[in-house]
Amino acid sequence: MTSTAQAGLTPPPTRDERIRRKSTLARLFARPEMGALTGAIVIYLFFFIIAPSFRNGGSLSTVLYVSSTYGLLATPIALLMIGGEFDLSAGVAVTSSALTASLFCYEFTLNVWVGVAVALVVSLAVGFLNGWIVVRTGIPSFLVTLGTFFMLQGLNLALTQTITNQVASPDISNIAGFGSAAKIFASSFTIDGVNIRTTVIYWIVFVLLATWILLRTHIGNWIFSVGGSAPSARAVGVPVTRMKIGLFMAVGLMAWFTGMHTLFEFNTIQSGQGVGLEFVYIIAAVVGGCLLTGGYGSAVGAAIGAFIFGMTNQGIVLAGWDPDWFTFFLGALLLGAILLNTFIRRRAEAAK
Amino acid sequence: MTHAVDTNKPVPLVRLTAAGKQYGSIVALSDITLEVSAGEVTCVLGDNGAGKSTLIKIISGLHQPSVGTYEVEGAAVNFASPREALELGIATVYQDLAVVPLMPVWRNFFLGNEVRKGLRMNIALMKKTCKDELLDMGIDLRDVDQPIGTLSGGERQCVAIARAVYFGAKVLILDEPTAALGVKQSGVVLKYIIQARERGLGVIFITHNPHHAYPVGDRFLLLNRGRSIGYFAKEQITRDELTGLMAGGGELEELSHELEAMGGAAADAAQVLGEEAQELGISHRGAPGE
Repeated sequence: MTSTAQAGLTPPPTRDERIRRKSTLARLFARPEMGALTGAIVIYLFFFIIAPSFRNGGSLSTVLYVSSTYGLLATPIALLMIGGEFDLSAGVAVTSSALTASLFCYEFTLNVWVGVAVALVVSLAVGFLNGWIVVRTGIPSFLVTLGTFFMLQGLNLALTQTITNQVASPDISNIAGFGSAAKIFASSFTIDGVNIRTTVIYWIVFVLLATWILLRTHIGNWIFSVGGSAPSARAVGVPVTRMKIGLFMAVGLMAWFTGMHTLFEFNTIQSGQGVGLEFVYIIAAVVGGCLLTGGYGSAVGAAIGAFIFGMTNQGIVLAGWDPDWFTFFLGALLLGAILLNTFIRRRAEAAK
Repeated sequence: MTHAVDTNKPVPLVRLTAAGKQYGSIVALSDITLEVSAGEVTCVLGDNGAGKSTLIKIISGLHQPSVGTYEVEGAAVNFASPREALELGIATVYQDLAVVPLMPVWRNFFLGNEVRKGLRMNIALMKKTCKDELLDMGIDLRDVDQPIGTLSGGERQCVAIARAVYFGAKVLILDEPTAALGVKQSGVVLKYIIQARERGLGVIFITHNPHHAYPVGDRFLLLNRGRSIGYFAKEQITRDELTGLMAGGGELEELSHELEAMGGAAADAAQVLGEEAQELGISHRGAPGE
């Protein structure tokens, strides 16, 4: 027993004077969405100063609307990235969903709600397939979804051409059920003379829901864990496979939702659209603090990221610049965000 | 139960009898007998490739022994998965600890076993429980909200141990918990091993360091190339004998000869090695046998 006492001599690890207490400000900046918030404020002020028309309420409502069309999908993409995976097919999946709904009800002369339901099933199936291939084969989701991205794009173009002999889906605004569906997916209301699109409300609701799931439920705990370290999560009994497939299906769900909005907003869908949008969603999530390596990020951050793009998108136009500058900003913001996030992460991890 | 330990024949929590494991034609482990009772630490010592990890896999339920028997509290078992072993209270703390570095300590502590309140988690309760449990093991964290990756290796090891204890482990299998740690941190972990023992847990402590094993162990199983080269109770063996057996006796001497032949600085090292072997009483093939 003497040896017992000997080993017991080591004092318990206590906080000592070598560890500096982090200031409140530093702690605040360790939050994933802080970088994005700072960026959003800077960009808002920038356009506020250089583009006078950016300042009126109508512009803000347009900015919010554009942001919401990005943000609806940026939210599940952020969850997916926190879960350690990636989805490049989300942009064209929106178009696939809209085309499915529109062509299905048009060709079979059915109520649009039937088309909407079929599109939902198809979108969820695409999400499931993405997830299933990723977890089954262990191939990086970047490659798997790059594959499905091109496959969906090809299907969009080829099937639309085959079925309609056109490059766009036919106008479905005369089909039964269009009115009610348009009311749900693509309507607006007015507060104080300012037009508010319902997508903005949906967006906010989904962001709050995602945040609640991430931070307050065990599902959120599991999302962080499968992205942070899948083997560790598996070792303590987290259903890693189901979580990942579920996250891909959440992306499918929101691709459907965004697709339905696009369809009922414009009545017709160009079969080639949606390409490039996947990057906007991913960049919004990354700007919002999601790590490409998974296990870290926030839904609110992704929403701020989407808002930054909404502002840039409209701000460039309102400032009288060529809209081609948008992609330049996209890239610059991504680089800036990655640099900032890397810096923040190092600081967060250097607390040792 | 605690009195039973003294009578020398309690029903051990875990007992392997003449167990072995073959992978196809490869014999990974043969004729291993080992037991651990409540309030006891059984150390498994062996160099790389000695069969330690195969042994862990058998005890933790990842593999079944090809031959021999495995009993838990006197009843023969045949685990199909680690989950079944866990249900009987046999918990394994692996080298990589199964923690997610970027997640807060409390989230890691309850990962996979979250306390729910309806749809939500009961976060306040979990944070408090985590803090209290760690405090019980002598780890005073300022903030259970800090990412577990910011803790030192020893502290992380202790969180993993505390977690296993809290979720009902009766037997703890610790896979090389001190392997990657410095001297001081190792001491901290050894202290928790003793604390776990004092709480009445059975501990199977896998290590290749006799200096870590000897102070805390009650029994010692030495492995070499998949075979037992000795199974001792503490009173049957001294620390030096244990070290000597671990160092491989003759092998150490052989190494000394080899170095001597190389001349120069190597010869100096050889002399030191030779002296060490002499001191441990293992020189000239005088290794204390089984």
